[in-house]
Amino acid sequence: MLKIDQVVANAGDKEILKGLNLTVKPGEVHAIMGPNGAGKSTLGNLLAGMPHVELTSGSVEYMGKNLLELEPEERAAEGVFLAFQYPVEIPGVNNMYFLRTALNSQRKYRGEEPMDSAQFLRMVKQKIKDLNMRDDLLKRPVNVGFSGGEKKRNEVFQMGVLEPKLAILDETDSGLDIDALKIVADGVNQLRSPDRSFIIITHYQRLLDHIQPDYVHVLADGKIVKSGDKGLALELEEQGYGWLNE
Amino acid sequence: MKQNTDNPAAAAEEPNRVVKDRARKKYKEGFVTDIESYTIPPGLDEDTIRLISAKKDEPQWLLDYRLDAFRKWQNMQQPEWAKLNIPPIDFQAISYYSSPNANKENAPKSLDEVDPKLLETYDKLGVPLHERERLAGVAVDAVFDSVSVGTTFKAELEQVGVIFSSFSEAVQDHPELIKQYLGSVVPASDNYFAALNAAVFSDGSFVYIPKGVRCPMELSTYFRINAINTGQFERTLIVAEAGSYVSYLEGCTAPMRDENQLHAAVVELVAMDDAKIKYSTVQNWYPGDEDGKGGIYNFVTKRGNCLGKNSKISWTQVETGSAITWKYPSCVLRGDHSSGEFYSVALTNNHQQADTGTKMIHLGKNTKSTVISKGISVGKSQNAYRGLVRVAKKADHARNFTQCDSLLIGKSCGAHTFPYTESANMTAKLEHEATTSKISEDQLNYCLQRGITEEDAISLIVDGFCKEVFKELPMEFAVEAKALLDISLEGAIG
Ligand SMILES: Nc1ncnc2c1ncn2[C@@H]1O[C@H](COP(=O)(O)OP(=O)(O)OP(=O)(O)O)[C@@H](O)[C@H]1O
Ligand SMILES: [Mg+2]
Repeated sequence: MLKIDQVVANAGDKEILKGLNLTVKPGEVHAIMGPNGAGKSTLGNLLAGMPHVELTSGSVEYMGKNLLELEPEERAAEGVFLAFQYPVEIPGVNNMYFLRTALNSQRKYRGEEPMDSAQFLRMVKQKIKDLNMRDDLLKRPVNVGFSGGEKKRNEVFQMGVLEPKLAILDETDSGLDIDALKIVADGVNQLRSPDRSFIIITHYQRLLDHIQPDYVHVLADGKIVKSGDKGLALELEEQGYGWLNE
Repeated sequence: MKQNTDNPAAAAEEPNRVVKDRARKKYKEGFVTDIESYTIPPGLDEDTIRLISAKKDEPQWLLDYRLDAFRKWQNMQQPEWAKLNIPPIDFQAISYYSSPNANKENAPKSLDEVDPKLLETYDKLGVPLHERERLAGVAVDAVFDSVSVGTTFKAELEQVGVIFSSFSEAVQDHPELIKQYLGSVVPASDNYFAALNAAVFSDGSFVYIPKGVRCPMELSTYFRINAINTGQFERTLIVAEAGSYVSYLEGCTAPMRDENQLHAAVVELVAMDDAKIKYSTVQNWYPGDEDGKGGIYNFVTKRGNCLGKNSKISWTQVETGSAITWKYPSCVLRGDHSSGEFYSVALTNNHQQADTGTKMIHLGKNTKSTVISKGISVGKSQNAYRGLVRVAKKADHARNFTQCDSLLIGKSCGAHTFPYTESANMTAKLEHEATTSKISEDQLNYCLQRGITEEDAISLIVDGFCKEVFKELPMEFAVEAKALLDISLEGAIG
């Protein structure tokens, strides 16, 4: 599904990723933890094609394609989804209209028929229900006046509607209350399937109580410095990152 | 109070994308109708005015009115206070009257007698006039250069007492109404272009809604400039008697030409007790090419008089066309408890210049006004909002809310706001909000990440920016306005 090979990349003009390797197979859930400023968001931005991140060397293969050659909207249509650490507000643009535009752009890229509004409405209503979210999310302008938690939930809702193949969640659990955390985790769990993969960036082991990851990695100073199973997250929770340097 | 925001975003980045060449969509209304027409030679003096008046078989009082206006105009100066760079206009090089030949002698009695080429023109513009293809629920007066070629649904409207006709016809059929109201809101001496219009106006629409009648359909006028080197000087007058309601729309287009053409219109609205007039404009005059060549000079005076108690006048405009726009639809709130509204989207691209806004004059007690202005500047264009809120001494408890937002796309454009307030009454409550923003890179990237193309993303964000104004437009026109914005945004990126 995804093969990140010896990636060196700059954010702004600083080298942030310094020889990063990561392989994700279909159906797997990988958690990435690591200290502030380690380069976790930079990795997400690189994969999604966001600006200010530039590859110096190495390669990223995604479903047999050179991912970094594709435009950001092409990557989205190929199934790459990034739940942003800081979702953006778009005043005056209704959330549902935004999502329908997004979905139909992706379908068009893939040579599929557009979904008409009635079909779309039915689908979206069902998703909202499945995800245990409130209907008014649909009518409000994209993220405008949303609380921090609502913004994160909206990211998960969008993920649910767009049904990506590779979803990267950048601290989607930060700032959530316990119920919201459960909603977000459910959102991921409902989407889990043998051909869909997740990269979950988080600082807290508690999310991983709800989403069972296949692997846990520690990203520090631009590299994966340790990988393990769920047990690693527990160790980190108890001991912090310091012991990794010893 | 004056505030001038000279593109603070200028130094910031452009949308971060590879330059894409894209086949530019053309101004699709830019065609010329090949039709024989009678056009008087260029030039302007008293004889020109006599000729126009004679063509229209006007009564003496109207000719006198025109001549008086002309003499006033001769002693006036073209205004220079707007933030516009207007090349000198040679008023002697313009022809002041042009009419398709078919209309030369007698105006066609019915639409069946109208030259098929004209009907075809309106078909192409998406405003079919024939009975079978007409837009349901919208009556249309079609003005072609200096004359009206026909008005639909006249008979149906007459049944409820609504008069909807070309201005020239109204002069013949309802001279008493014209005499009473012509110039009552915008006097000939009001300003340079209004005086010129009063002297040479050709055609436009007249609307009269009797007491207590809610006009059963939307009324609309479609203005088309076709002839070369002519100006269009239309005159529109709407009178809404006590307790009546009307929603009126105007649309306008012109062929693509390298020469500039002058359009100087006057619109007057009168609302009696409890009457409501909703006036919407989708202005799509030819804006000129990418290099700023050609395009219409749109110098328009629009004013509504809320004469009656509790009356209401609402202006909604979507301005995407014209090389230069100079236009301030205003409300005089004379009746107690009357209210005025102004909702505007003005988009300028390439070398277009717009100086537009409104005046809200509070004279009556408890009068209320709302101003929502959205300016969008793209390319090398300049976009200014100019507004005046004046509260007279006796206008107790007047209230105004003004919000003007500017959106900048690109680094060479400018947005400017000139909000003036004059209050002579302590009880007035005036609020003003202004923002200048640019489409943020973060917003754009967020859209891209969801799979939306850059072009669609810009259109989505701009549409969101204009939401508060679009929702004031009648449904069909909101759709048209949105499509128009998309076309006008072409080339906004890359
Ligand atoms: N556009 C940019 N220009 C300059 N520096 C940048 C840019 N983007 C990121 N950086 C820097 O790169 C480093 C890594 O940032 P990144 O956001 O990837 O960290 P992170 O691991 O996600 O941290 P956190 O846990 O706090 O979210 C930081 O020092 C940050 O300041
Ligand atoms: Mg981060």
